[in-house]
Amino acid sequence: MNWRIGTVVDVQAETDRTASIVLSVPDWPGHRAGQHVDVRLTAEDGYQAQRSYSIASAPEDEGLVLTVERLDDGEVSSYLVGELRTGDELELRGPVGGYFVWDGSPAGPLMLIGGGSGIVPLRAMLRHRIAQGSAVPVRLLYSARAPGDLIYRDELVAAGREPGVDIRFTLTRERPDGWNGYDRRIDRELIADAVWAPADRPLVYVCGPTAFVEVAADALVSLGHEPGRIRTERFGPTGR
Amino acid sequence: MLDGNAIAGTLSTVFGADMTLVVATCGGCGARGPVAETAVYVRAPGLVVRCRSCDSVLAVVVERDGRYCVDVRGVAGLGEPPSPGGR
Repeated sequence: MNWRIGTVVDVQAETDRTASIVLSVPDWPGHRAGQHVDVRLTAEDGYQAQRSYSIASAPEDEGLVLTVERLDDGEVSSYLVGELRTGDELELRGPVGGYFVWDGSPAGPLMLIGGGSGIVPLRAMLRHRIAQGSAVPVRLLYSARAPGDLIYRDELVAAGREPGVDIRFTLTRERPDGWNGYDRRIDRELIADAVWAPADRPLVYVCGPTAFVEVAADALVSLGHEPGRIRTERFGPTGR
Repeated sequence: MLDGNAIAGTLSTVFGADMTLVVATCGGCGARGPVAETAVYVRAPGLVVRCRSCDSVLAVVVERDGRYCVDVRGVAGLGEPPSPGGR
């Protein structure tokens, strides 16, 4: 698989720490919802650093969008969120990954569980579901610390008004007055409340920091969900 | 610690196909699961892939001067993923 060059068309701030980078990539072969790309940066002295980022856009969307969270020790993310400008070029390899992917399967309701920037590939799946006009029921459970940390908040709230789309937030540290969403970290009880019953046979996609994913996946299995219907993807600092 | 999804691009470059759905058998404990679910450490020099059940090293991938060196001696077997119809 070869590296190709994408040109930055736009950079949109999402939250204090995250930005969406819109790329124009000549001869982009298209992607599946949930896939990612590898991004490689090369310094003037030849030093290279490479990271994998989830694609935030749906296959139907114009342009390739990566939403990147700036990590405190992130040598790649701190460049992508903060220094990158319209017109800059990025080296990309992808799309890659065939596991954490949803193609519109009618095999069951679609359950998306995201923590922090783990929302990114789930957002691509949600947009794909809506763009397709699919009748597959979809539910999102999205955990963040504070309201200002919710990426795509307005878009997700609007998506929740579409038929068959159920958007639920949990805020673990800070909540606005009158908050009527969930108010705690993901645990077995919250999973039991927010996820369809195992008998409904949802396809479940869990993405977030490693600890978040382990808690959610263990809770799902202990509640009786089939391991083969649970797909996971772990995010985390990857500095070398 | 990440998982096998994070190295899909490198594995795809090395093996010439997407490997994340391929089912790997651990040479240490015999646990089987998709490559996407393995534990991956990228802070080491190169990439270290470990079994999620017993923590044995399954594979090490090192890149130098654009060439990959891959050690998969911890893998007892690689098999076809379950058919898509099975889900």
